[in-house]
Amino acid sequence: MKIDFRYDVAQAFKDAKQQRKPLLLDFSAAPM
Amino acid sequence: MWPDERVARFVNEHFVAARAHVKQNPTDFQQFGERYQAQWTPTILELDAEGVEHHRIEGFLPPDDFLAQLMLGWARIAFHQQQFAEAEQRYRAIVEQLPESEAAAEALYWAGAAKYKATGDPTALKQTGEKFKQRYRDTAWAKKASVWS
Repeated sequence: MKIDFRYDVAQAFKDAKQQRKPLLLDFSAAPM
Repeated sequence: MWPDERVARFVNEHFVAARAHVKQNPTDFQQFGERYQAQWTPTILELDAEGVEHHRIEGFLPPDDFLAQLMLGWARIAFHQQQFAEAEQRYRAIVEQLPESEAAAEALYWAGAAKYKATGDPTALKQTGEKFKQRYRDTAWAKKASVWS
């Protein structure tokens, strides 16, 4: 299972608000 | 941290997950890094639906400790939103499922606090203080709970 990370962070904020779900925001520099 | 199956399941079930990567989406990395003062990687923020920060994890952790920290943040969101019975359940899940994690003592403390806030019954604090005489005795949380029993 993989985490469904979104890379449009502003849109993720909107989705979290609309879905009334908490938002997990990962600041990363790990190799992709 | 992230490849762990339990971590992935927990995050997908309870959060909208977003990543600001220094190379993949550098504009978001800079913009949201400044907004939340994220100065280091990895930094993981647990925010409520309105974008208010409730918990921050900085630096690498092994899977059990990382999952426990994620669960701690999820419990803190409920506590801060005054959903105290729900918060107590979330804190207790850490103590029960990941009792050896670094977060377990903190979770035990806040489970007692959440139960007290939910019920108004001071025995919730006394019982928690008693538990700290058996477990996690060498932690700051045991010191904090020492006034409860």
